[in-house]
Amino acid sequence: MEKKAKIILDKEEIDKFIKRIAHQIIEKNSNVETLAIVGIRLRGAPLAERIVGYIKEFTGKEILLGNLDITLYRDDLTTIVEQPIIHKTEIDFDISRKNIVLVDDVLYTGRTIRCAMDALIDFGRPQKIQLAVLVDRGHREFPIRPDYVGKNLPTSCQEVVQVRLKETDGKDEVVLKEMKVE
Amino acid sequence: MVSSVKMDETKLVKSWDKKHLLGIRELSKDEIDIILDQARAFKEVLTRPVPKVPTLRGKTIASLFFESSTRTKLSFSLAAKRLSADSISLSSSSSSILKGESLIDTARNIRAMNVDIIIIRHSSSGVPYILSKVVDCSIVNAGDGTHEHPTQALLDIFTIKEHKDNIENLKVSIIGDIAHSRVARSNIWGLTKLGAKVTVCGPATLIPPKIEQMGVKVVYDIDEALEEADVVNVLRIQLERQQEGLFPSLREYTRFFGINKERLRKAKPGLLIMHPGPVNRGVELSQEVADMKKSNNMPYSVILDQVTNGIAVRMSVLYLVSICKSENGR
Repeated sequence: MEKKAKIILDKEEIDKFIKRIAHQIIEKNSNVETLAIVGIRLRGAPLAERIVGYIKEFTGKEILLGNLDITLYRDDLTTIVEQPIIHKTEIDFDISRKNIVLVDDVLYTGRTIRCAMDALIDFGRPQKIQLAVLVDRGHREFPIRPDYVGKNLPTSCQEVVQVRLKETDGKDEVVLKEMKVE
Repeated sequence: MVSSVKMDETKLVKSWDKKHLLGIRELSKDEIDIILDQARAFKEVLTRPVPKVPTLRGKTIASLFFESSTRTKLSFSLAAKRLSADSISLSSSSSSILKGESLIDTARNIRAMNVDIIIIRHSSSGVPYILSKVVDCSIVNAGDGTHEHPTQALLDIFTIKEHKDNIENLKVSIIGDIAHSRVARSNIWGLTKLGAKVTVCGPATLIPPKIEQMGVKVVYDIDEALEEADVVNVLRIQLERQQEGLFPSLREYTRFFGINKERLRKAKPGLLIMHPGPVNRGVELSQEVADMKKSNNMPYSVILDQVTNGIAVRMSVLYLVSICKSENGR
């Protein structure tokens, strides 16, 4: 049912956007001591790791890093077609009074972010939660907006945005595909 | 590491189609792996400040225990609560079974209350299977007669995996009343499917004939069973078996098959000592062996780890049977 695929971002552009997000996070959060970056599995996790790497490169500071699996918080578990696997959530620090930056690959309806916030709040009471995404494709169903965006990408609902990362898919690229409506 | 995660993802999507958990015998190696993999994620949930997730919100789980139980009952009940399901429970002593209502009618009535999962323990083998034919909700076997106790075997294997790198070719000895033990049977199915080498050991009267056909080795000498083993799973000796004349006395059982420090001298370093509970201290395990802590390559007991892991494994099972999409699927 796939039609054509178009490459939207290549390896260099992805890297450029991640660097920019890292710079913006540093700029907006003067106190990096209370900062923690939390990636949303699957592809938010490697992105978060790269952001932490760049923040360290730019400031010399080691930032707390965690990752979150939101499967257990989904509101559509019983209706979706495929059965999702649950991955381990790894947050080895106390998130209370921290400035958390959630990281995900694509921002679409906002439902994943809602789940992630619910999940995060079960770990403690963060001072603040911010959101960084590589691609914002619009079509929000919840009142959620990102604080840091790599690329704004206007899309139609028939299209699929696929972020591929070296850690999970073997190479870095963002692809836009059109799905045939049945 | 991340790429292996991706492989798991495809594995799950393709191969989980079980609406019920009736026994380990029906599961493939891949399905056992899926349950155990997912249990690891649920174990992490249990360590959170709020050890609870909204996953099964809106689902209702009924536990029917027609036989006494401490661990299994509480563990299932806690697993359901940690997943935010509503759980209700019934035990035979306080139910209308005493007024003569049949089991099938009982199950149908419970299903009529829109229950999604029935967890059942019963003294007759095959009861969960029968229920799965007469009601259309998921059935989870919490122990049926001498047949199977699948979640116990799964938590045993999960615990072994936490302590030993590889199940394949691991030597596991199961000691005690093999003939009447559903724990033994489920463990044998599970461990052999995962490639472990299983030995059973006990008095000849408590070893069922032709048990070798399940792919296990039989020995009658406890020292032989201990010497080779990486893991020893010790079963509770049921006191009523002695009244049936299957062994002369508890003292004699202890003398020949009880595990004490002296007997462990020749055991492999790091031997894992397991017991499904309840432990008859001083009978199948001596007081000190039951409490042996991990220290410099000595054998050690993981009996309480098994209990902790039981909750995670049962969460995994409840999660998987409730997301199963197949209509009639076993």
